[in-house]
Amino acid sequence: MRAVCTVVGKDKPGIIAAVSTALAERSVNILDISQTIMQGFFTMITLVDLGGMSISLETLRQDLDSLGERVEVTITLQHEDVFTAMHRV
Amino acid sequence: MLFSPLEIEQTLRMFAEQNLDVRTITLGINLLDCIDSDARKAAGRVYEKITRVAANLVRTRDRIQAELGVPIINKRISVTPVAMLVGASQNGQSRESSSVPLIFAEALDRAARETGVDFLGGFSALVHHGITPAEESTIRALPTVLATTEFVCGSLNVASSRVGINMDAVNMAAAAIRETADRTRDRGGFGCSRLVIFANAPEDNPFMAGAFHGPGNPDTVVHVGVSGPGVVQSAIRRMPDAPLEQLAEEIKKTSFQITRLGQLVLDKASALLGVVPGIVDLSLAPTPAVGDSVARILEEMGLESIGVPGSTAALALLNNAVKKGGLMASSRVGGLSGSFLPVSEDEGMAAAVERGDLTLEKLEAMTAICSVGLDMIALPGDTPVDTLAGIIADEMAIGVMNHKTTAVRVIPVPGKNAGEWVEFGGLLGRAPIMPVHRGSCSAFVRRGGIIPAPVTSFRN
Repeated sequence: MRAVCTVVGKDKPGIIAAVSTALAERSVNILDISQTIMQGFFTMITLVDLGGMSISLETLRQDLDSLGERVEVTITLQHEDVFTAMHRV
Repeated sequence: MLFSPLEIEQTLRMFAEQNLDVRTITLGINLLDCIDSDARKAAGRVYEKITRVAANLVRTRDRIQAELGVPIINKRISVTPVAMLVGASQNGQSRESSSVPLIFAEALDRAARETGVDFLGGFSALVHHGITPAEESTIRALPTVLATTEFVCGSLNVASSRVGINMDAVNMAAAAIRETADRTRDRGGFGCSRLVIFANAPEDNPFMAGAFHGPGNPDTVVHVGVSGPGVVQSAIRRMPDAPLEQLAEEIKKTSFQITRLGQLVLDKASALLGVVPGIVDLSLAPTPAVGDSVARILEEMGLESIGVPGSTAALALLNNAVKKGGLMASSRVGGLSGSFLPVSEDEGMAAAVERGDLTLEKLEAMTAICSVGLDMIALPGDTPVDTLAGIIADEMAIGVMNHKTTAVRVIPVPGKNAGEWVEFGGLLGRAPIMPVHRGSCSAFVRRGGIIPAPVTSFRN
């Protein structure tokens, strides 16, 4: 399955490195990545493939939550289908 | 990137800040194949079928929630109106004191607990044409059932646009509400929150307490109900000076997005459960949480409070736009599909009642447009049964004459007076008790009989 992984928080060095390392360690493949500053917040959006993931989806969510706490950002993971349903006619 | 950062940000905000969720996955189960002349045998089959068919319901909800990253709040079951099963097992038992409905209620409650659902709806009777002995037993059992079970919800359809309003059923419903309140007086008459009196009840409603699996349905079917008042309110907040047709346009787009999410969850639930997909109910279901209120949407449009002049017009705009957007998002829109205006379950509604801006009479006028009628309204504990019957009859008349669903879910709170607050807790919320007109309608409602159907119902 493919998902949109979003990282939002106060901009500081190393956010992209921390998140992409965590994803790589769990065999989550990044298919696309973009980064922008929206309303003063660092926002990183990645499209990821969870097909070859080495852990369960539940564990990935827990890991991303604790990583988010450590780096002081909010990490959200939602299925690609949610965005397709809501934004594509 | 497949999606623009703005689209992604908009979606994230809906979930993180605007309380967007899918309110319920409801599994409808036909129980007619469980009937037996022996009520205990039939109840055993009921328990077996529900626990078998719904064995994976909670797990499926958890899995969809985890996969999509979308909160799904409730998982529920609706079943065949129980009065239909009671009829097969009644065996000449007295309609006043039959134990048969209680045997079924106990089995349903146990099955709900075993499957882990939040509610089970369908302790119901469809009595708009008239009342069979089994239906009378079922109605008479309602107060005991609602006082002694934890999960079972009941409903009565007492009126329809085809046949009119069955006032004998309305009177029985009012008596059942009164007795249920008394039987659950230690919890503020809480039992009444699980009893809905309908005109034109939909057979595919996923929302409680009025869900039941109508006889027109397949053996099993799954329905989804959405939520999202906070999302609509935020959309309107971004347009403070826009003319009303632009608001309608924005609400349509938002409703489309919310309903598409519901359709996505329905498709996944149907595939995972191996059950045919039913309907998406596009109603904007509020919760007592701040930022999840239908009342606040109308206030965002420019009303000082819900209940002031202009409220019915604002609700008409909202309800109509929600339907237009939702209907394009799903080919299977059904259930109640309108705006919910529950008092205790909507923080903005309860606040307006407390300020004195929203009266029962204005709320009744607004129900000519919303989809559920008088919902979760706390009334003074000494409200006479005949007055309850009058309130129900008025609401049924609005539904019958306008060819729409209306319903009454009121709670006469024992020992409390107008202006005092009652707490129900959780999603059911809290509300101030609304004053009720003291004039009597006894001589009218006690005439009984049928209020005939409108001339517009004769279309054949």
